[in-house]
Amino acid sequence: MNRPGLFSLAAGLSLASPALAGAAVGIGDVFPPLVSAGLAGGTLPDTAGKVVLVDFWASWCAPCKASFPAYGRLNAEFAPRGLVIVAVSVDEDASAYESFVRKFSPPFLVALDKGQNLVRAVQVPTMPTSYLIDRKGRVRYAHPGFRGAATEQALRREIEALLSDKTP
Amino acid sequence: MRKPARILLFSALVAIAGAFSGCTTAQAVRAKPWERGLLSDPTMDPNRDALATAMLEHVYFSREAAQGGRGIGGPGCGCN
Repeated sequence: MNRPGLFSLAAGLSLASPALAGAAVGIGDVFPPLVSAGLAGGTLPDTAGKVVLVDFWASWCAPCKASFPAYGRLNAEFAPRGLVIVAVSVDEDASAYESFVRKFSPPFLVALDKGQNLVRAVQVPTMPTSYLIDRKGRVRYAHPGFRGAATEQALRREIEALLSDKTP
Repeated sequence: MRKPARILLFSALVAIAGAFSGCTTAQAVRAKPWERGLLSDPTMDPNRDALATAMLEHVYFSREAAQGGRGIGGPGCGCN
């Protein structure tokens, strides 16, 4: 290929890359597998056949801080019945993530999405965003943002429904 | 290929690439929600020094005989 042709191809590809980015994960979609997401921070529990709450948070995000006590309560209430909560940090600064975890010492699993690969695949609409995933690995509910007691109540109701759902 | 035709082809290819790219939407220039860590840093706040802001306001008032009207959006993570 001649030089202008090559240049045009390169320019086209570089400009088109945002348009080629993956679509956001929504209700009914299969959530990307956590085990292959390259998360750092803790050993991921076996989530196969379980109801999973995945929360995307960051140390610089104030509503994320507000959500942690609520997730702690939900964990205490539903973990014995099989709910798995995984709080995925999108922090680029690993030390900020570590000091946040040290300060809050959450009773559920926290992990760091080091290269922001998972969050990029999911395309969260805002920070924080939580996804409730059913036993088949499909997203059943999504909560963009955290609105205190209203979000906690909605999550409680939805988790209860998903845990009671015995359909194979 | 003759030179004018080559230039025309080149321009057409660039135009097509641009038309089908993210440059046609506002999305391309916006930081994604998970990329706002630096924007939410306190040092990004133009009013982080209250004394300096008060002094600047005083200068502005003295020179322009007006004050206020600076209600622009500050930094932050854009959460929720």
